[in-house]
Amino acid sequence: MSTSLRLRAAIVSIVLFVAFLGIWQLATRSGAAATNMSPEYAKLMGATATQGASAMPGPIEVGAKLWEHLRRPFYDNGPNDKGLGIQLGYSIARVGLGYLLAVVIAIPLGFLIGMSPLISRALDPFIQILKPISPLAWMPLALYTIKDSGLSAIFVIFICSVWPMLINTAFGVASVRKEWINVARTLEVGTFRRAFTVILPAAAPTILTGMRISIGIAWLVIVAAEMLVGGTGIGYFVWNEWNNLSITNVIIAILLIGLVGMLLDQVLARVTRLVTFPE
Amino acid sequence: MAIFDDPFDAGRDLAACACGQHRSAAEHDRALQLRCEAADSEEKRYERMVASAVMRAVFPQDSARRVFLKTVGASTALAVLSQVFPLKTATEAFADTGTPEKKDLKVGFIPITCATPIIMGAPLGFYAKHGLNVEVVKTAGWAVIRDKTINKEYDASHMLAPMPIAISMGLGAQPIPFAVPAIENINGQGITLAIKHKDRRDPKDWKGMKFAIPFDYSMHNYLLRYYLAEHGIDPDTDVQLRSVPPPEMVANLRADNIDGFLAPDNICQRAIYDGAGFLHVLSKEIWDGHPCCSFAASRDFIAAAPNSFAALTRAIVDATAYASKAENRKQIAEAIAPANYINAPVTVLEQVLTGTYADGLGGIKTDPKRVDFDPFPWQSFAVWMLTQMKRWGQIKGDVDYKAVAEQVYLATDTGKLMQEMGLTPPAGAYKSFSVMGKTFDPDKPDDYLAGFKIRKAS
Repeated sequence: MSTSLRLRAAIVSIVLFVAFLGIWQLATRSGAAATNMSPEYAKLMGATATQGASAMPGPIEVGAKLWEHLRRPFYDNGPNDKGLGIQLGYSIARVGLGYLLAVVIAIPLGFLIGMSPLISRALDPFIQILKPISPLAWMPLALYTIKDSGLSAIFVIFICSVWPMLINTAFGVASVRKEWINVARTLEVGTFRRAFTVILPAAAPTILTGMRISIGIAWLVIVAAEMLVGGTGIGYFVWNEWNNLSITNVIIAILLIGLVGMLLDQVLARVTRLVTFPE
Repeated sequence: MAIFDDPFDAGRDLAACACGQHRSAAEHDRALQLRCEAADSEEKRYERMVASAVMRAVFPQDSARRVFLKTVGASTALAVLSQVFPLKTATEAFADTGTPEKKDLKVGFIPITCATPIIMGAPLGFYAKHGLNVEVVKTAGWAVIRDKTINKEYDASHMLAPMPIAISMGLGAQPIPFAVPAIENINGQGITLAIKHKDRRDPKDWKGMKFAIPFDYSMHNYLLRYYLAEHGIDPDTDVQLRSVPPPEMVANLRADNIDGFLAPDNICQRAIYDGAGFLHVLSKEIWDGHPCCSFAASRDFIAAAPNSFAALTRAIVDATAYASKAENRKQIAEAIAPANYINAPVTVLEQVLTGTYADGLGGIKTDPKRVDFDPFPWQSFAVWMLTQMKRWGQIKGDVDYKAVAEQVYLATDTGKLMQEMGLTPPAGAYKSFSVMGKTFDPDKPDDYLAGFKIRKAS
């Protein structure tokens, strides 16, 4: 049954995809060519104006361009024009750095908050106020104080990925079953040992869920941050192609951003499965 | 000319002794028999040259200079002069034979044709010619380019002409002294309107429309406001002006979010190319020869690497001179079009640079001066910008127009440098010009300002 279900699901997926491509192709067919335009004038104008071509490229155009990019993903034509592979590499590196920094700070702090009701109450107002701030709102402040655009982008990733991890860690730690902690206490287990051998494994699934949410947000934010700061990265690529009004390249970038985001999410989903335990 | 004059010697005529080592021609002649040698180092020579030029400018009359020097003494005079004029900086900047302190430089630019000299300097080798290895870095917007230059991520940058003035005066941030050794381009902007407004060409009918400008401290902002106000439209109350980054302008125009914009070129031409808008007027028709973008660096950078700064300025002046020739424009369009630089279709850049362009309404127009390049940083430009900043409430209170202009726009320095390069700079730093038929006298900025009926109530 499960194989046939999987098969049927695959068939439906493919049908949907083909239908989507078909509608896309139809929707972007070029309209009527502009008449009454002198040839000299037409030479000075773009295809949108002369042939009534849609500003939106069709799937075939996008496919061809994508193939062109995939054939040489690592070219380097100077500081402002690099291959998609290099751009994605820059973005992933930025996300990785900001995210790791967030892990290093959020998990110990979350532990502290989860284990101590006092600290939890004391920090709560700060967290509640800082959490809903759009990460990009930090950008001007970061640029002004850190005085380095690369570090500012990493800081923005850090600040946006720290909250879900912090809150999930605190929640996971606080909701470890009381019986387990009481057992540990009767066995006279020390605080540190209790934290690492009882609480950490028990809270691990919740913590990893927080980390999974964070990586998703970090990947969302890096594109916007790089569009602002520029220089390198997939966000800069989108901005640069937008500047050129090249919708084809923007669509390709969107596709790749989605793919990489999915991969990052899958990696953390795997890790979550490793630490999940049956109750 | 006696370039070795010691202008701080009261007992001597300027321009009397040919080698500058002696108090008078007679003394020079006497010494000549004993052989006159210029024993000074290169640096000393430049220092004297600059000091001498400044002294001459301050006291065109020899007798007045002598009286002044006798009263206060040479060292006080030098100190006073250094107060009002960055003698040391200027001297260092002109000791051009020195090797650049820093060869690998980063220069930021915004991808518009205004940045042509800055961009083409890389692919066409103008930086290399002056011994520099410059990386030109594309930047996402004016606020970012400002912050990156202040942060020293960039050594120098492409900036809108009023920006270095705003930064130096601390408008919108704490004041950081910046200087402009060269103007990038003159003209080269335009008012573009959405196609649907092709029958609404009279600005008097524009009440309620939404316009985009690239930045608050931009010539675009001042020119659009000026143009609207001259037609009786109050830009603060009758229309909406929005700061929109240039790449978003065409998309917004097509999406009907804005009715038009006064934007830098290739953006105007791009809107036409994509059938989204038409050219209402070129900025040239508002003020022929107006500055638009500048090449700017912080005073910190100039002080830390004067030779690099001088070499950069020379490269930019060189590139500007090359770009000002019509016959080179096609080659330039091709050089700056790739994704690494402006990232725009060559046809669009060619139309902007050669001045033979589609107007968006089916006509082809020709104006070789649609955009032009002239590096000389007229201080009267800065004074005009200050009058407009004051007119629209960006500056409150009194302004010492000329002091600011002279601090930021390095007309004297660039003039010298152009001379050394064999070009002929203008004699003064102030010139009068006319904006929409109204003459601007840089000596009477406050009278000029008082002449405007529409302005922000202060």
